[in-house]
Amino acid sequence: MRLYSPISCRFFRVWQRNWTVYRQSWKISFIPPLLEPLFYLLAFGVGLSALVGNIRYQGGEISYVRFIAPALIAITVMNSSFFENTYASFVRMYYQKTFDAMMATPLTVEEIILGEIVWGATKALIATAIMMVVIGFFGLIRWPEGLLLLPLAFLGGIAFGSAGMVCTAMVPGIELFNLPVFLFITPMFLFGGTFFPVENLPGWAQTTAACLPLTHLVDLSRAFTNGRIDAGLLPGLAYLMAMAAVTLPLALFKMRKRLIK
Amino acid sequence: MLKKKRGRMSGIIEAEHLRKTFGEIVAVDDLSFSVAAGECFGILGPNGAGKTSTIRMVYAFSPPSGGTLRVLGLDITRQARAVKSRIGVCQQENNIDPDLSVLQNLEVFARYFNLPAAEATRRSRELLRFMALDHRENARATDLSGGMIRRLVMARALLNRPELLILDEPTTGLDPQSRHQVWARLEELRAEGLSILLTTHYMDEASRLCDRLIIMDRGRLIVEGKPADLVRRHVGGHVIEVSDPAEGLPAFLEERGVVFENLGHRLIIDLEDGTALYREISERFCDGGCVMRMATLEDVFLRLTGRDLRE
Repeated sequence: MRLYSPISCRFFRVWQRNWTVYRQSWKISFIPPLLEPLFYLLAFGVGLSALVGNIRYQGGEISYVRFIAPALIAITVMNSSFFENTYASFVRMYYQKTFDAMMATPLTVEEIILGEIVWGATKALIATAIMMVVIGFFGLIRWPEGLLLLPLAFLGGIAFGSAGMVCTAMVPGIELFNLPVFLFITPMFLFGGTFFPVENLPGWAQTTAACLPLTHLVDLSRAFTNGRIDAGLLPGLAYLMAMAAVTLPLALFKMRKRLIK
Repeated sequence: MLKKKRGRMSGIIEAEHLRKTFGEIVAVDDLSFSVAAGECFGILGPNGAGKTSTIRMVYAFSPPSGGTLRVLGLDITRQARAVKSRIGVCQQENNIDPDLSVLQNLEVFARYFNLPAAEATRRSRELLRFMALDHRENARATDLSGGMIRRLVMARALLNRPELLILDEPTTGLDPQSRHQVWARLEELRAEGLSILLTTHYMDEASRLCDRLIIMDRGRLIVEGKPADLVRRHVGGHVIEVSDPAEGLPAFLEERGVVFENLGHRLIIDLEDGTALYREISERFCDGGCVMRMATLEDVFLRLTGRDLRE
C-alpha cells in the first residue's frame, strides 16, 4: 500500500464545509476578534500605558499601545488556528465522526486534514482582518504596508494550525490538549515579546524566546503594522515557513496513521 | 480472451482470500465471495465475526492486510478514489453533520463528490422526497428521530447515483415502523437494479432483503447461499419447539434418528416432514408447550454459530 495518497483540490470541499457552518453563526464568530482587541487596548492602552509611558524597542521609542497592538494580532493568529485545529477538529473527528463520513467519499485523509488546516488559517485570517479594522481605527496601523498582515496571518495560521493538528493526531482524549496549551501556547503568549520587549530579558531568556515561533510572528506583525519593511525580517519569515514545512506534512502523516485502520 | 475478461467484470465485488489483521488479532481470515450486479448480498454473523471489517475494506475505508479485492472491476487499494466515487455508503454510526440542517447535510455531502451546486440541491430535494423527509428540510439534523436520521444517511449515500450501495447494519436500533420504512426503500432500490451489500444480525431482515448471503464467524466464512436454500439444507422444512419437555423425549428422538438441539428447558427438533411425529410428541411429551413452525434463517444461524454469547 502506498504511504501517501495523492492530494487534489478537493481539500477545498472540506474547507467549504467549515465555511458553510461558520457563515451560519458569523454574527457570534465576529464578536471575539472585534471585542478582544478593544478590551486589551482599553486595559493596556489607557490603563497601563499611563504607568509605562513610552517603551524602548529596537533602538527607537514607541508608545506602549503601539507596541502591544501588533502583538495582539499575532496572538490571535496563534490562538484561532491552534484552537481550531485542536479542540474543534478533534470534536469533528472524534465525537461527530465527520471525518469518517468524509472518508467514505472520494476524499482522502490528506485532503480532509489539509482542508481543516487551511480552514484554521482562514479563521486566523478573518480574525486578523477584523482586528485590523479596529486597530486601524485608532490610527495604529500604517497603510498600505499594514496589508501585509493578511498573508502573514495566513502563513502563521498554517504553521500553528498544523502544530495543533499534530497534537490532535496524538492525543487519546480531548482533555489532554491542556498539555500543549500549558507548555506551548501560554508561555509564548507571555514571553514571546508580546507585552514587553525580548531585549529586556537576560541573555539566556532572549535565546529561548528567539526559538519560540510566536516571537517571530510578533516581530513581523510589529514591522508590518509600523511599516518597517527590511531584510532583517527574512530570518523570522524563514522560521515560520520552515515550521509550516515541517508541521504540515507531519500532521498529514500522523493523521493518516490515526485514521486508517 | 474478451469473453474471459467480461466474465471477470461481471462481479460487482470480487473478494479472494481476503484478510484483515489488527496487530495480533485476525478480524477477517481467508474470505472469498463475489457479488453479482443487481444482487442484494448479505453478510451475517454474531458480534465480532468480522462483518464490519469486511465491509470497510469493500468501501476502501481500511486497507486489506492480504488477498485481493476488486469492486466495480477496480482494484481497491490502487483505485480507491475511483471506487469511492461510484459507491454509496451507510456506515454503522449515524455520522450526519450536527452543525448543519437536513438539506445542508445533503448539499455539503454532494460537494465531496464534486456535484455542481444546482444539481446537488435538486438531487438532495429529490432524495428527501424519496425518503419522506422533505417536510423536515430545514430542521437541524440533530432534531430528527432515530429512524429519520437513518433515512437521511441513506439519502446521503444515494447522492452520487451509486452503482453499489453498502449498508452496515442499516436498521440496528430502529423501531419496527422505521425498520419497515427502511426495508421498503431498499426493496424499491433493488427493484431499480441497484446492487446492495449489507451486514446485519437480524435474520428476518436478511431473509426479506437478501438474494444471497454469507454467514461469518470468527473472521471466517461458514456458509454461503440463498436464504431459503440454507434453511432447507441446514435445518429442514419445519421445527418443533418444546418447552419444558417430558423426560423421555431426548431418548425417544434419538431412537428415531431425529436431529434435535437440547437447551435444557427447551428442545428444538428439526422436521423434514412430520405431522405424524408432531402429533406423537405433543401427545406424549408436551407438558409445557409445543409449537410447530416453519424453520427460519435464525435456526440456521444459531445452529452454525452456536448459542454462546459473543462479548
